[in-house]
Amino acid sequence: MFELRDLYQQVIVDHNKSPRNFGKLETFNHEADGYNPLCGDRLHVYLNVNSDGLIEDVSFEGEGCAISVASASLMTDAIKGTPLSEFSQKFDMFQHMVTADLDEVPDDEALGKLAVLSGVREFPSRIKCAVLCWHTMKSAVSDSDEVAKTE
Amino acid sequence: MSIDLNAVRADFPILDQQLYGKPLVYLDNAATTQKPQCVIDAISHYYEHDNANVHRGVHTLSERATAAYEGARKIIAAFFNARSEREVIFTRGTTEAINLVASSWGGANIRAGDEVLITHMEHHSNIVPWQMLCEHVGATLKVVPINEKGELIMAAFDELLSERTKLVGVVHMSNALGTINPISTIIEKAHAVGAKVLVDGAQAAAHVAVDVQAVDVDFYVTSAHKMYGPTGIGVLIAKESILEAMPPYQGGGDMIRVVTFEKTEFNDLPYKFEAGTPHISGAIGFGRAIEYIQSIGFAAIEKREKELLAYATAKAEAFEGLRLIGTAGTKACVLSFVLEGVHPHDLGTILDREGVAIRAGHHCAMPVMQFFKVPATARASFSIYNTEAEVDALFAALKKAQEIFS
Repeated sequence: MFELRDLYQQVIVDHNKSPRNFGKLETFNHEADGYNPLCGDRLHVYLNVNSDGLIEDVSFEGEGCAISVASASLMTDAIKGTPLSEFSQKFDMFQHMVTADLDEVPDDEALGKLAVLSGVREFPSRIKCAVLCWHTMKSAVSDSDEVAKTE
Repeated sequence: MSIDLNAVRADFPILDQQLYGKPLVYLDNAATTQKPQCVIDAISHYYEHDNANVHRGVHTLSERATAAYEGARKIIAAFFNARSEREVIFTRGTTEAINLVASSWGGANIRAGDEVLITHMEHHSNIVPWQMLCEHVGATLKVVPINEKGELIMAAFDELLSERTKLVGVVHMSNALGTINPISTIIEKAHAVGAKVLVDGAQAAAHVAVDVQAVDVDFYVTSAHKMYGPTGIGVLIAKESILEAMPPYQGGGDMIRVVTFEKTEFNDLPYKFEAGTPHISGAIGFGRAIEYIQSIGFAAIEKREKELLAYATAKAEAFEGLRLIGTAGTKACVLSFVLEGVHPHDLGTILDREGVAIRAGHHCAMPVMQFFKVPATARASFSIYNTEAEVDALFAALKKAQEIFS
């Protein structure tokens, strides 16, 4: 049987307790808000893209459950230093992973650490927590004024 | 006066099941209660033997359906001590009942410059309809503040209440905090300035006896599904003189006496407010649920629920890292809390895997969350069928959650 530890793996607990890239960037050229009012999960992401189209720095602020905080922390780690043009592909990959059939094995190589969140598939009511940061980042990338939500 | 816990539990077939290999511990009664077999049977019996439309046919089934539907109204009238069945209006639930009053009575009686006074601990359903009305007519919505224990600040209520106040809307028992409000005092004071009072009894009606004449309430509203009855049915109980003067809420069949294209003559109470084919099986189930409550009796219910809440509260107070939200002197059945280092939604998921069903979220009372500066709380809410062993299971699961996050 699927165990709680498969969802709350140590990596997730750790990223929730000490989120990476947390706080406001001093210099940024993209930002966006994400808010799931039913949950109360709230995020703000900052993004600094340089003239070469590289995500030079990225951060987030906010509050939420362990899944949403850990997911945001892992996301920022995963996209920091990568070309902005690759974001949409990563977004799709993550979205696919958390909504895929349970018997589909996540592509650890492509997903890297993000794969620890694949357990969320077992908990349909929590998928929205894992994807909020990604939708918020998508808003930031496209300079949308709309507050992202996933519920 | 005491409850035979084993017998009561046996009345609720849903309780006898396992989730993820663990016995179900249902502690989300403030969201909806489970249904006893007698209610399930009453609904099945209606569909198996008596189903027909009410107030229409001359045939036997229609007469039986009408008798059962009106019989339920009689049971409800007696339960709340309404003056007559004409004061008992079936609605889809508490929310629709409040909207009915806001739209029909409010639309006719609240004008620009008037005030509607509600409290900081209202459910969204007793905030939004008044907000919409006030915006529409140019009236002002005022809010009675609460203190750190989650009690109304009555001195502030006295100050906010004035001749401008046309309606006071107050929750009898808070779903987010468990607080039971002093509705008698509130009604007396409101009447002294000429205001009408609507009491939201959604959470209270299964836990404390309500006598609408004794407290002299103008509008009392509640939902069957929080009282062991089905969803989709509730009731507005209001003074006949007020209902008589109110315009209809919705137009349609059943609420009319004569219709021509020139003019429609409306039906008598309570039918004036019941347009369309009603939720007949729902009303029948509601009536049966109330008979079930009566068979146990409020003396026994209140005694038992107090005992269980005291047991759970003592455990909560001794639990490291737990902060209770809502510690009113007079409260019932609700244990709302936050656990240091564990977000309520993570708690909800972890507890679920332990078989324990609680609610995590804002409980449709976002202003309460804002007051206590929390995004959400975890809420365990109890009912007559819950046991001390289930409370123990809750706290064991909380311990497990703490371990996962340690």
